[in-house]
Amino acid sequence: MRKYINRNDIILIIVLSVFSALFTIYLFTVTQHGYKVLVYVDGQLTGEYPLDTDTEVTIMGYNGGNNVMSISNGRVRMSEASCPDRLCIHQGSISRAGQSIVCLPNRVILRIDGKETLDYDAVSG
Amino acid sequence: MMQSRDEMSLSGRIAYLACMTGLACVAGYLEMLLPFHLMGIPGVKLGIANVVTLIVLYSSGRGSAFFVMISRVLLVGLMFGSLYSIVYGLAGGTLSLLVMICLKHFDLFTITGVSAAGGTFHNIGQLIAALAMLSGFNPVFYFPLLTFSGMLSGILTGMLAAMILQRTGSFLGVFKWNDDNNEERV
Repeated sequence: MRKYINRNDIILIIVLSVFSALFTIYLFTVTQHGYKVLVYVDGQLTGEYPLDTDTEVTIMGYNGGNNVMSISNGRVRMSEASCPDRLCIHQGSISRAGQSIVCLPNRVILRIDGKETLDYDAVSG
Repeated sequence: MMQSRDEMSLSGRIAYLACMTGLACVAGYLEMLLPFHLMGIPGVKLGIANVVTLIVLYSSGRGSAFFVMISRVLLVGLMFGSLYSIVYGLAGGTLSLLVMICLKHFDLFTITGVSAAGGTFHNIGQLIAALAMLSGFNPVFYFPLLTFSGMLSGILTGMLAAMILQRTGSFLGVFKWNDDNNEERV
């Protein structure tokens, strides 16, 4: 093992880890807790739900598919989905402004809105 | 017939790069067959195709590595993927290869270190492509997961490439030519 990696490699890996950890900390301190979740189906806004009331909503997706979104303790997650891969359920729960959960087969996007949303597209150019 | 170690015939280069491109395409296709979804993000993968890019980079130089990487992304994208997979593949592959060429140039790191940085920047390149192409949802929250998984897969593919080069170095050394004053031996 030792001959495949040297001291400089380990320093490089640590430096890269520290930079991405710093950016991660920055990312999660600069974003605020969202206050409502927007539901888009096939690009159309179909519903808005506040994050402070716990609820469970069935979303009728594109082409007959459906998803169940549940809000509890200010966090949103997909609890059920009709699609085969269930990637949206595995994406877990989200709570910060700008975060989103996407279900591609049903064309459903859940997006959390903050009071003022940060525009990362402007930052990254 | 080979004239010397450094001067390989044009047809020899073409045949060698074609073999490597074929190998990279098979690796890329195998990877598409493996459903490996980490935390619901498609696209977190081992990057076996990167092993071929690394071997070409270390055995033949940066021009050849760019050729093999771009051909692989285009061929795999046209045969099995979509236009989007080509755009993401080119964004990630180009940034990753540029970073790897810079780090290799300093001659401080082994293939493992070069590949770890390459894997990290591959995913950063894909994230930049996603930021530019997707409007309406924000992929920047995947940054921590993508950089760390890219680094881990880079370390693994780098070690794999080092092992392959160690065992086939004397054979691959024949395919070394002077397209970028590549002096160091593997």
